[in-house]
Order: sequence, then structure tokens, then C-alpha cells
Amino acid sequence: MKKILSLVLALALVLSLVAVASADGIKVGIVNNPPSESGYREANVKDFETVFSAENGYEVMTAYTLKNDEQLAAAERFVNAGVDVLLISAAETTGWDTVLKLAKDNGILVFLFDRMIDCDPDLYEAAVVSNMANEGALAVDWLLGLNLPEYNIIHIQGAMGSDAQVGRTGAVDEQAAAGKFNLVAQQTATWDETTAKQIVESVINSGEKFNIIYAENDGMAQGAVAALDEAGITHGKDGDVIVMGFDCNKWALRKVLAGEWNYDGQCSPFQAAVIDEMIKTLSNGGTIEGLNEKKQKISEETCFVCDTITEDDINNYGLGD
Amino acid sequence: MKKQSEAQGYSFFQKHSQLLIPVTILALLLLFNLLRDSSYFNIAIRFNNDNNPVLAGNLISTIVDASELVILSIGMTLVTAACGGQDISVGALGTIAATMFAKVLYLFDEIGVAQILVALLATCGVTVLFSLFNGTLVAVFKIQPMIATLILFTCGRSIAYWIGQIANLFIPENPITPIIGTVIPGFPVPTPVLIVAVVGILFALVFKFTNLRLYTQTVGINQGAARLNGINCVAIKLISFAILGVCCAIAGVINVCRIGGKVTYNSLMVDFEMKAILAVAIGGNSLGGGKFRIIGSVLGAYAYCLLFNTLIAMKVPSTHITAYQAVVIFLLVIFSSDQVKETIAKFWKTWIVGKFRSKTTGTDISSGKEA
Repeated sequence: MKKILSLVLALALVLSLVAVASADGIKVGIVNNPPSESGYREANVKDFETVFSAENGYEVMTAYTLKNDEQLAAAERFVNAGVDVLLISAAETTGWDTVLKLAKDNGILVFLFDRMIDCDPDLYEAAVVSNMANEGALAVDWLLGLNLPEYNIIHIQGAMGSDAQVGRTGAVDEQAAAGKFNLVAQQTATWDETTAKQIVESVINSGEKFNIIYAENDGMAQGAVAALDEAGITHGKDGDVIVMGFDCNKWALRKVLAGEWNYDGQCSPFQAAVIDEMIKTLSNGGTIEGLNEKKQKISEETCFVCDTITEDDINNYGLGD
Repeated sequence: MKKQSEAQGYSFFQKHSQLLIPVTILALLLLFNLLRDSSYFNIAIRFNNDNNPVLAGNLISTIVDASELVILSIGMTLVTAACGGQDISVGALGTIAATMFAKVLYLFDEIGVAQILVALLATCGVTVLFSLFNGTLVAVFKIQPMIATLILFTCGRSIAYWIGQIANLFIPENPITPIIGTVIPGFPVPTPVLIVAVVGILFALVFKFTNLRLYTQTVGINQGAARLNGINCVAIKLISFAILGVCCAIAGVINVCRIGGKVTYNSLMVDFEMKAILAVAIGGNSLGGGKFRIIGSVLGAYAYCLLFNTLIAMKVPSTHITAYQAVVIFLLVIFSSDQVKETIAKFWKTWIVGKFRSKTTGTDISSGKEA
């Protein structure tokens, strides 16, 4: 039994070596978070797997985990396996210097996507990211444009300290400090529906007035709406409370189209094509243009509002099914 | 006469001393809220967006929010008592349950009560299987419960995603699951509360008419003695895990129905394992197994949720909430430790009771000098 097993394993090893030797595409290692994380991540992972495929001349290795140390180990493994390109969406912003230096010494092209890493910009070629502060500013500008007599906001935050939370909170805090917004409640639900619902329920029970729910992702907006429905508070297009979410999941955009929600801010997970273009430019001896001082390329993002959204928007920009 | 009533009072205290901790915490929290803002206790009937009456208020919110935790803490108490350890995979298993429930419902063209029951049964089947896997590791392979259940704790949410296949998984549109999550049309008591009541009554009946409590306690206190008395220790432990599996299924389904039917693999019932263990501990149950009181754990679960609700009602900054929780839990653990309990009892005996006696009768009982 043991002999057969070892024979099979040896055979598999030989075959895999043959497979590696026969492929002559660009070897790419992708380090990302797992698709189960969210609709955003699922679309993100799918985007990269579609663009960086064997048909497009790439040979891909992937590692998906929420844990930074496992990501670091995977990146090191990819470097040792001799990849040409390393693509990273880091779980945490720190701890990457050693691995990135190792990659640079081995002449590997490193691209960051979706999330930034705190390190010397020399260590990577470019970072294709969203500007979360822009997303917040876009949402707040839209709110201010409504010219409401009062802005009584329940602000439900994501996991404190995350890029998305910091960016999307910034613009709201600015207006609150300027006295334009009254934050009835500002609490974190750590991206969790149930906690978001509890926060809104608590405000309703206290009897305080509010007319806006600013939730930092679609899921928490959904939890908040469940609390409104239970309390008989109307929301959306013709309702008493304005509901705002982020990420543009298809299901959320459908709620905007149905007029149950008012606003959904886009957070684009489609960075693969841009990176693909950059790799081709570099391998043809060109240089990447249009980067800022942090070597960032900011994804263009938009927002969708219940008055103007169309079925096409949902199909073109919506994430998931 | 006086002696007898004293003795009775003492035995009543002995019998229920375990419940002293959760009851005191609940009472203190309620008192705190009363002093802070008496409108906290307002209860009203509101009409939801489907125009059905719903009971509403902070207390109602607390009781509804505690539903999943109460059900889980019942199962957790049994596992703790029988195995002398805790199952840390209940959150992951609840997520698997919610996913399974949604997936099974997609098999039907039309969803009515019968289909919901089928889905619930299938879900229970799956969670019980997972739980029995845990149980086998614990009972047969004698692995520490926390280590054994660490396996499912680690991979459970991935398994749920694997079952669900897509990140944005919703329960298909149907008339029944919103009712499970909110209220039965025309009846204002929230459905999760009714489910908890039914589960509670079922457990009360099981404990009344079977030997489950006695056997579980016996196994938990002394396995060798239990075996000599003809109790099948492995079976008892497996039963406790199977019951916890059913609890996970019910809790998972309630949770996903309450938040509008979206299955979120990484945040559904997150940290519930720790909350359930805490509820068992607040309830005065020994985490080392043996004697247990379900009602203690249930009160513990409500106490935990009341604390959380109080903190949000006070608008404690979100980053501080866990710190406040930690302080309360710290005090609680300290005051429920035997060391502190003994000291307090001694203090009570010598200083309060002793002084009182010596004043009224003119004798110091403890030393008996003047007698």
C-alpha cells in the first residue's frame, strides 16, 4: 500500500515538473483574500482568474487567505518557485518589507491591487487601488446636493482601522465637525448585518429623530433596513429615511432600482485588466505612466442613485449574481 | 420555629446560590438603566412596513437579540457538563446551518410551511452529523473538546462557502422566512422569542421525563463511577453533542432570517462560541463539567445581551464597547470565583451576622465568651 502510494506521488511529481517545463507563459503568483469574504472579493478573485488565465498566456499560482502571516508565507513560496510577477492584495498593511525585498532581488515584478502596503514605493511597480476617501466624498457631496433642511445621520462604520472604513468615514466626520451633519449615532458594526440592525434598533427605541442611514457597505445597510422595516419606518425613494450603502453588489443595486434604497457607492474590484496592460508595457520595454507619487493608479469609481439607475447599470457594474 | 425557618431559608439559598450571579447581574443592569434613563423600559406596539403589529422597545430588542445565544447556551451547557470542555465551533456550525437552509430552499419551486420544515430537518441532519464528528473525537478518541472542535472552528466557514458556492447567497423569496425573522401577522410577539420559548419548554420536558440530566451530571462528575453504574459514557457525550448540533441549526436559521435572509459566511454568528461559553460561565456552571443548571446559562445569555444593548443605548463609542464588556466580565469572573465567594461569606458571618446577633442577644456566638 505504502509502495503504491509513494509510486503515485513520485509519478505526480514528475508529471507536474513536465507540466511546468512545458509551459512557457509568464508565471504569476496571486496573493488575495478568499472569495467567501464578500461579494466584492468574489468578483475581484474572478476578475483576476479570468484575465490571468492560461489562454491569455499566463501560468498562475494562487493563495487566498484572510491571514497576513499565511499571505506572507505564500508570497515567499511564490518567489522561491520562480514567478515572474507577484500580485498582492494584502490582509494587513504591515510586515511585507522582507518578502518584497526578496522579490525585488530576484527581479520579480510586484503589483499591489485593491489594498495598499506600508512600504517604500521602490519595492513595487505600481498599485492599482480604489480611493476610499473619494468614495466617501462622492457620497457626502450627493447628500449635501439634496439640500435637506436637516441631516440627522445614523453612521454605521466598518471594521475600525480598515482602509474602507477610514476613507468612507473621513468625509462624514468633516461635515459633522463643520456642523452640517448631526450624527445621531456613529458606531462600528464591523461589517456585520446583525450588529448594524441592533444599532439602528437602539436609536429607534430611544425615540431620536433621524433621516439618513449611512452604512459603509451593502450588508450593513441591509441590516439597518431590516430594523426600519420592523419599526414601520419608510425608506428609499419616497420614504422618510435615506438609505446609503457601498460596494455595488447586484442585489443592492436592485434595491436601489426598486427605490428601497437611495444610494450605492461603487468600489471597483476590476483591477486585473489594468495590471495586465502594465505588465505588457513593461515587458515591451516601456514605462508605466499616470501614477501618483505613491505609484498608485486610482480606479475610476462612480455611484448609483435611485432616480437615475438603470437595468444596464446593474448588469455592467453590479457584483455577484 | 425560628431555627426551622432559618434552616429553610438557608437551604433555599443553597439550592439557588448558583443563580445568584446571573440574577444579580441582570438586576444591577436593569437598576442601572432605571437610574440612567427610565425611558429605556418603554414598550410600545408599532406597525411594521407590512402593517403588522410588533412589540418594540429596548427590553424587547434585548430579548429578541438574545434568541440565538440562549438556544446555543442550552446546548453548550450540556456539552460542558458531560465532557468537561467547550465546543468552539458553534458559530461556524451555525453558518453552515444557515447556508444549508438557504440551499435546500432553492430546490423547491414554491415555498410553504412544509418546505420550510423539510429544509429545517435537512439542516438539522447536517449539523448533527458535524456535531457527532466533534462528539466522536471527544468521546471515542478522548481528545480535549476545545482541540477537537478547533478543527471545525477553523474550516467551518470555508465549508459553508463551499456549500453555498456564491458569495451573495440569499434565502429565496418566500412568505415564511420573514415571519421567522420578525412576527407572525397579527401577533405582536416576535417569532424568535416564541421559538426560544418552544425550545425551552421542550428541554424542560426532556429533563422532567428522562434521566438525561442525572446521567449527564454523573458522566461529568465521575466517568468511572458512571460506567460502573451501567451508564454508557460515550453515548451520553454523543447525545450532548447531537443536541448542540440541533441548537446550532435552529440558531443559524433564526439569525439568517432576522437579517433579511443574506448568508454572510465570515460574519454570520461570529464570536458566538465565546459568547455561549461566557453565558454558561455567567450562569454559574462549572466549565470543568458535572453539575449544571440550564436556567443559569439562559439567564447568563440574557445578561450578556442586556449589557451589550445598554452599552449601545448609552452610545458608548464603538471602539470602547469591547473594553467596557471586558471590565464587566472581569468583575463578574472575580466575584464568582470561589476564593472571593468564601471571603464574602466569612465577612458576612463574622461582621454582619455576628454583630447583629451580639447586639440583639448580648452574646457573641462565634467566641461564646459571654455565655
